[in-house]
Amino acid sequence: MTSYLVSLLGGTLIGLSSVIMLMLNGRIAGVSGIVGRAVQGVGVWTNGAFVAGLLLGPVVHFAAFRHWPTVTVTASLPLVMLAGLLVGFGSRMGSGCTSGHGVMGLARLSPRSIAAVLTFLASGIAAVALLRGAVL
Amino acid sequence: MRHTKLQPVAALAAGTLFGLGLALSGMLDPVRVQGFLDIFGAWDPSLAFVLGGAVAVAMAGMAWLRRMSRPLLADRFHLPMKSPIDARLVVGSAIFGLGWGLGGFCPGPAVASLSLGLTPTLVFVAFMLAGMVAHDRFFVGRPS
Repeated sequence: MTSYLVSLLGGTLIGLSSVIMLMLNGRIAGVSGIVGRAVQGVGVWTNGAFVAGLLLGPVVHFAAFRHWPTVTVTASLPLVMLAGLLVGFGSRMGSGCTSGHGVMGLARLSPRSIAAVLTFLASGIAAVALLRGAVL
Repeated sequence: MRHTKLQPVAALAAGTLFGLGLALSGMLDPVRVQGFLDIFGAWDPSLAFVLGGAVAVAMAGMAWLRRMSRPLLADRFHLPMKSPIDARLVVGSAIFGLGWGLGGFCPGPAVASLSLGLTPTLVFVAFMLAGMVAHDRFFVGRPS
C-alpha cells in the first residue's frame, strides 16, 4: 500500500515539473526531446539545465532519505545496448516518450499522444512477455 | 524580451523535481518497470499510480494554463502542431516500447539514474544517445 502512495507522490512531482516547464518556459517537458536537443547543441543552456536537474533528483533523494533509489538491471550488456538504441531511435521517430506523450500528451488529450502511449505500452508488454518466454 | 535569461533556472528546477519524482516513485528501477509491463506474469501495478498522479496534476495545470495568453518566461507556448496519427508516430512508438520493455529504462529514468554511476546505465544512455543522433542525422536532419 505504501509503495502505491509513494508512487503517487512521485507522479505528482513529475506532473508539477511538467506544469512548471509549460507555464514558465512554454515548453513540453519531454525528456527524449530535451536530451536529443541538448546533445545536438540546440538550446544548450535550457535543455542542459533540465538534464542537470534530472541528475540532481536522485542526489536530493539521497540527501533527504540517506539512501539511493533502487536501480536493479537484470538485462545482459548486449541487451542493454540494443534496448538503448531502440529507445533512442524510437523516441525520436515517434516524437516523444513516456514523459512527453505519456504525461503532457495525455493531460492535453492529444490524439497523437494517446495513440503513441497505447502503442508503446503494447510493444513494451510484448517485449517483457518475450523476455519471460525466452528466460523460462 | 520576457526574462528569457531565467529559462535555464526554471528548467533546472523542473528537471530536479522530475528527477526526484522519478527517484521517489520507483520508476528508476528497471525491474519495477518490467514488472509493470509484465501483465501476463507477476504484474506490479504500482507504477500506474506514477502516471496517474502525473497526468492528474498536469491536467489541473492545463486548465489553468488555458487562461494564460503566454508563458511567464517566453513569448509563446511551443506546443506540438496538430498533425494526424501517421506511420512515423506509430512505428517510432512501437520501436521505443520494445526497447523500454527489453531494458526497463525510458529516457528520463535512464538519465536520472546516471547519478548512481552504474555501468549498465552508462552503457544504456550512450547507446540511447547514439540512437537519437542516428535518427536525427540520417532520417530527418536537424532536431526542431
